[in-house]
Amino acid sequence: MTTDDLKTLWFSAWAAGLATFVILPPALALAWLLARREWPGKSLVETLTALPLVLPPVATGLILLKLLGRRGPFGDWLAAQGIEIVFTWKAVVIALAVMSFPLLVRSLRTAIGEVPRRLEQVAMTLGARPLRVFWSITLPLARRGVVAGCILAFARAIGEFGATMILAGYIPGETGTLSLEIYQAIQMGEDTRAMELIGAAALLAFAALWVSELLGKNRPAA
Amino acid sequence: MKLELTAIHVPLGAFALRLSAVLGSGITGISGPSGSGKTSLLETIAGLRHPEAGRIVLNGTVLADPAQRIRVPAWQRNMGYVPQDQALFPHWDVRRNLESSALLAGTRPDPVLFARILTLLELAPLLTRTTALLSGGEKARVALGRALMSRPQLLLLDEPMAHLDDRLRDRALDYLRTAASEMQLPMLMVSHSSRELGAICGNVLRMERGGLVP
Repeated sequence: MTTDDLKTLWFSAWAAGLATFVILPPALALAWLLARREWPGKSLVETLTALPLVLPPVATGLILLKLLGRRGPFGDWLAAQGIEIVFTWKAVVIALAVMSFPLLVRSLRTAIGEVPRRLEQVAMTLGARPLRVFWSITLPLARRGVVAGCILAFARAIGEFGATMILAGYIPGETGTLSLEIYQAIQMGEDTRAMELIGAAALLAFAALWVSELLGKNRPAA
Repeated sequence: MKLELTAIHVPLGAFALRLSAVLGSGITGISGPSGSGKTSLLETIAGLRHPEAGRIVLNGTVLADPAQRIRVPAWQRNMGYVPQDQALFPHWDVRRNLESSALLAGTRPDPVLFARILTLLELAPLLTRTTALLSGGEKARVALGRALMSRPQLLLLDEPMAHLDDRLRDRALDYLRTAASEMQLPMLMVSHSSRELGAICGNVLRMERGGLVP
C-alpha cells in the first residue's frame, strides 16, 4: 500500500469514528425513549429512524444534498454563516453519521432493553432521579451493548458508499474514503490497488465485527 | 406512621387493584394467592405504579391523588423497597450496594447508620464481595441493608424470605424484628406464608383479585 492509501485508510477510520462519536448522544437518548417510554408518535419516529436502513443509500444522499446544498433549507442558512458542507470532509462525516444512526439506535435500544427494569425501579425508590438512574444504573449495565453498537456503527460507516458519493463527491485528499477510493481504482482499471484497498476494508470490518460479537456474547447477566 | 389508601384503583390487565385501607406502625402483613395483586400494591405505594383513581396519603402528605393531579415520584417518596428478587446492583460490590442511596442522591453515606446496619445485619464480612457470589440469605440481608440505609419512612418487603431455607428464614425474621424495633421502622410485608406473617406481623391483611378480603 502507498502512503496515499494509508492516508485514505486513516481518513476513513477518522471520519467513521467522528461520525459514531457525534451520533452517540442523540442515539442514546432516542434508544432510551424507545426502550423505556410510551409516547404519542413513537412508532412514526421509530419508522423514520429506520428509513436510512432500507432506502437506497443514494436516495438518502440525495435527500441530504437537497437539505444541505446551497439552495436547501439548511444549506442556505449554513452558507450565510460561512459554513460549507457539500463536497467537503464535513459532508463525509454527515453522510456516515446519517447512515449509521439507525443501526446504532437499534443496538442501543436492545442493550438498554436488556437491563432489568427492576434495578432502575429500585434505584428510583432509593432517591435517584431518572437521569441519575440512567447514568448510574442503565448505562453501566448496558455498556457492553453500547460498545458493541458503536463498533457496528463504525463498521457500517467504513463501508458507506452511496450517500457519501452524492453528498461529498470524490475529491482526492478531501473526501476520499476507503469505499470511494476502491470505486475510483476500479474505474481507473487499477485492479491491484483496488484489491489492496478491499483487503484493508475487509480486515477493518472483520476486526470490528469480531470484537462486536465477542462483546455481545460475553454480556453478563444483570 | 399512618398510611391511608382511599378507594385506589390501579388497572392490572386481567383485573384491577381496588382497595381502601389504613395502615399503622409496626409490621403489617399482606397475604394472598399468587397473582392477587400483592406486589402491585407495594409498587403502587412505592410510586412505581400509578393509580387511576383514589388517594394515597402518608403521615398527612398526599403521595398520589389523580383527581388533584398529584403524583409524588418514586424518588421523592422515601420508601424502602425490597423486591422479591432483591434486585441488587450487579455492577457494584456489597459496600456500594449498601451505600447506593447516598451515591444515587449525590451525597455521602452516614457512617453511623452504616456501622449500625453492618452490625444489625452482620454484613461486615461481605463488604468487598460482588453480589453475584452471595448466597440467597446474604442477598436478602444486603437488600434489606440497602433499603435501611436510605432512612425510609416505610419499608416495603416483597416475599423477603422466598429463597431462604427454614433455618435462614428464622434468622431473617429475627433481623426484620430487630430492624423494626431498633429503628422504629414501620413495614409492610408481602408473603405467601401465614407462618411467617403470624410470627412477625401485628396485623395481617388478605388480598384476592386486587381487593382486600376479611
